[in-house]
Amino acid sequence: MNALLPWAIFFALFCYLLAMALTLVRLLSGPSAQDRILALDYLYLTGMLVILVMGLRYASDMYLEAALVIALFGFVSSSALAKFLLRGEVIE
Amino acid sequence: MSLGTDFAGAHFWLEFVVSLLLVFSGLLVLTGAIGILRLKDFFQRMHPAALASTLGTWSACAASIVFFSALQDRPVVHASLIPVLLAVTVPITTLLLARATLFRKRSAGDDVPAPLAIGQPDDRKPDTI
Repeated sequence: MNALLPWAIFFALFCYLLAMALTLVRLLSGPSAQDRILALDYLYLTGMLVILVMGLRYASDMYLEAALVIALFGFVSSSALAKFLLRGEVIE
Repeated sequence: MSLGTDFAGAHFWLEFVVSLLLVFSGLLVLTGAIGILRLKDFFQRMHPAALASTLGTWSACAASIVFFSALQDRPVVHASLIPVLLAVTVPITTLLLARATLFRKRSAGDDVPAPLAIGQPDDRKPDTI
């Protein structure tokens, strides 16, 4: 049972990568705009988790701030896009 | 610093717990992505995204907390900021997206529930705005 953690980190990163690929399919082929926004939000979330697990991989504290910033950017962009769907198409 | 040698011996159970949490988080995020890809309706598709933003992120951040606390021999709980941030921000995004979708489907004439009360800003009929 040697070196369990590197394999677990590799497995988690592989799962995140596969999840990002599946979400990318939904992002590119989404029937409506809100499907694409939902997929983009999920991509932001998965990318944040990838950066967090990369911090475990390299045993560095620096990755946590990057993950926080990515999470914040995801919130701002997704809520701005949803607000655009709510207002932009009818009024402007 | 090599992680395999650093966690040998007495720290086996810490390594085991961190590995279990990471594998659990990866499987949850993958399940959410499969749900986003395969469910039929948009309102159904909004549900599996919560798998990653709640339990997937919680277990990954718990793994980070356990790992760095064991690595530095002191409590390192910075990673608990991320679940707090997501708990504040994700409901806002979800609610805005659901409202926008309801509005768009109503203005397109789809079969969605009618507005509950007249006069709420986002529940007005599309042609009166």
